[in-house]
Amino acid sequence: MSAPVLAVDGLTVEFRTALGTVRAVDDLSFTIGEGETVAIVGESGSGKSTVALALLRLVPDPPGRIVAGRVRLDRQDLLTLDDAEIRKVRGRRMAMIFQDPMMALNPVYTVERQIGEVLRLHLGLPRQQVFDQVVELLRLVGVPAPEDRARQYPHNLSGGMRQRVMIAMALACKPRLLIADEPTTALDVTVQAQVLELIQELKSRLGMAVLLITHDLSIVAETAHRVIVMYTGRKVEEGATAEIFADPRHPYTGGLLGAAKWEENEGNELREIPGAVPSPFDMPRGCSFAPRCAVALARCREHAPALADVAPGRPVRCFVAQEAAR
Amino acid sequence: MRQASLLFLVRRLLQIVPVVLAIVALNFFLLRMAPGDVADILAGQMGHATAEFTQQLRQEFGLDRPLYQQFFIYMGKLLTFDLGVSHLQQTPVIVLILDRLPATLILMLTSVVLAVALGVVLGVAAARREGTIADSLISVLALVVYATPAFWLGLMLIVLFSIKLDILPSGGMIQIGAGLKGAAYALDVAWHLILPAATLALFYVAIYTRLMRASMLEVYGLDFIVTARAKGLSETAIAWTHALRNALLPVVTLAGVQFGHLLGGSILVETVFGWPGLGRLVFDALLQRDLNLLLGILFVSSAVVVSANLVVDLIYGLLDPRIVHK
Repeated sequence: MSAPVLAVDGLTVEFRTALGTVRAVDDLSFTIGEGETVAIVGESGSGKSTVALALLRLVPDPPGRIVAGRVRLDRQDLLTLDDAEIRKVRGRRMAMIFQDPMMALNPVYTVERQIGEVLRLHLGLPRQQVFDQVVELLRLVGVPAPEDRARQYPHNLSGGMRQRVMIAMALACKPRLLIADEPTTALDVTVQAQVLELIQELKSRLGMAVLLITHDLSIVAETAHRVIVMYTGRKVEEGATAEIFADPRHPYTGGLLGAAKWEENEGNELREIPGAVPSPFDMPRGCSFAPRCAVALARCREHAPALADVAPGRPVRCFVAQEAAR
Repeated sequence: MRQASLLFLVRRLLQIVPVVLAIVALNFFLLRMAPGDVADILAGQMGHATAEFTQQLRQEFGLDRPLYQQFFIYMGKLLTFDLGVSHLQQTPVIVLILDRLPATLILMLTSVVLAVALGVVLGVAAARREGTIADSLISVLALVVYATPAFWLGLMLIVLFSIKLDILPSGGMIQIGAGLKGAAYALDVAWHLILPAATLALFYVAIYTRLMRASMLEVYGLDFIVTARAKGLSETAIAWTHALRNALLPVVTLAGVQFGHLLGGSILVETVFGWPGLGRLVFDALLQRDLNLLLGILFVSSAVVVSANLVVDLIYGLLDPRIVHK
């Protein structure tokens, strides 16, 4: 098997606050291969967005810091690069699109200027070629009348168009890895599907790897090959999308699926996971999910389980699931 | 688009007329509320004027007519840009003003540009180093300058740069008797301009620095700054392109206000530095109850301030494309 595009190994991110040090991402490892889409899912506060920022080394420091781990993009360790070197990776080999395309575009510059900036910075394209290339990129992401749109400002565009502009910007240098952090959360449902389809199509056309970060399991089912479930900064389960959906092993994954598939539940009842994500300042001694878990044992409240395979390629962080697999 | 802006400009220019006329009318009646008039002053200067002579003077100046008649005569002349004749100097007011206006405008413009430029640079520098010693140093310095009275600062600058170091002239606008022409003359004026302009500017440098720092920090918290970092831009490029233009609006607003304040502030500074501008003319006219001159100066200065605010509005539109002039 060829080397993965992205290999994350033991990534640990901490935030130092007035109340103490918080571990937002704890010993996270995963890989993404060429042409593969991997989804990280979890509730707010699970650390999934911090992972996205950490990969590009954009965690605000202070208060955040990557304290351990390795992030390798095509075998190159990104965490040891100096500032100038990591800037050459950002936007060129690893690009990112964000949740809210209104806020993520600079309101005072034209679309051309904002996309063109990447082309000039990384590819050194001369000014006259920039416009043509921007128009080409806008056409690629399905923006109608790209010549006119290029000269417009973000406030002239609809939410869906803005997200397409963001995608065009991210794809400008044909990156190896595209990180999509909640790319459709701020969009209308009809537009969501279009944007996801676009990402999928461009992924196969450009041969990228995609890291999709979301809380929305329905888009995971349609787009991701593999799923990583995160809870309180830790990976609690990983597996092929179909397997995760058909046979969730971790009680938290089961809870997430139950909450998402309410239409299939008896009497259309809305099912939720009881309780809330524990405060990072007051983590339970044992398994961090134990206080909300219906099947928790006495052991779960005393000891934190480690990740262990319950089946080939199915690591799960749960005593109960590991016991059942034995 | 272009036509719309032109229409806006014409409409705004027309709006200036009633505003300025209202200011003149207000000034006219306010000045009449103070006891004593130019006839009293002249009579007092002569020492032995009789009541008949004073009355004769009033008749000559038209001050014996009912107030409303005087007002309409004045306003009627104003519409033909006739500002009347200075009671004391027996010279047309417009001549006196045009003689002094350029000096004041040069001083004001220089100090506004100086204050904005320095304030922006220091504010950006402080924001980029938020929480460091450099940031605190800039903030403390700004506070000290802010609390220092302008006239005292002017005197201290004269002591330091003119008397102790002997590198800058202590007053006046040109070297008397040098008879310089062309570029040499301009250079000479610039030379004399440094201290009074710096004195007028420093207070505002302090305000702009504080304002710019706060505004930059606010912009730094916005999502598009993260986008810019994810594109691979350097922090310097982010500060001066993406952040600056968004942070500049409050500074431009204040620059309009400063322009109005400077007309008042320049009286003190022009006195300290012997700068032959409008400030001294106002001062003399006020002491001598030279009503025509005073009204003329107030008319011109209100026109300048209102125009400055128009310029501010136009700059808004240039800085932020979301602001559309209709």
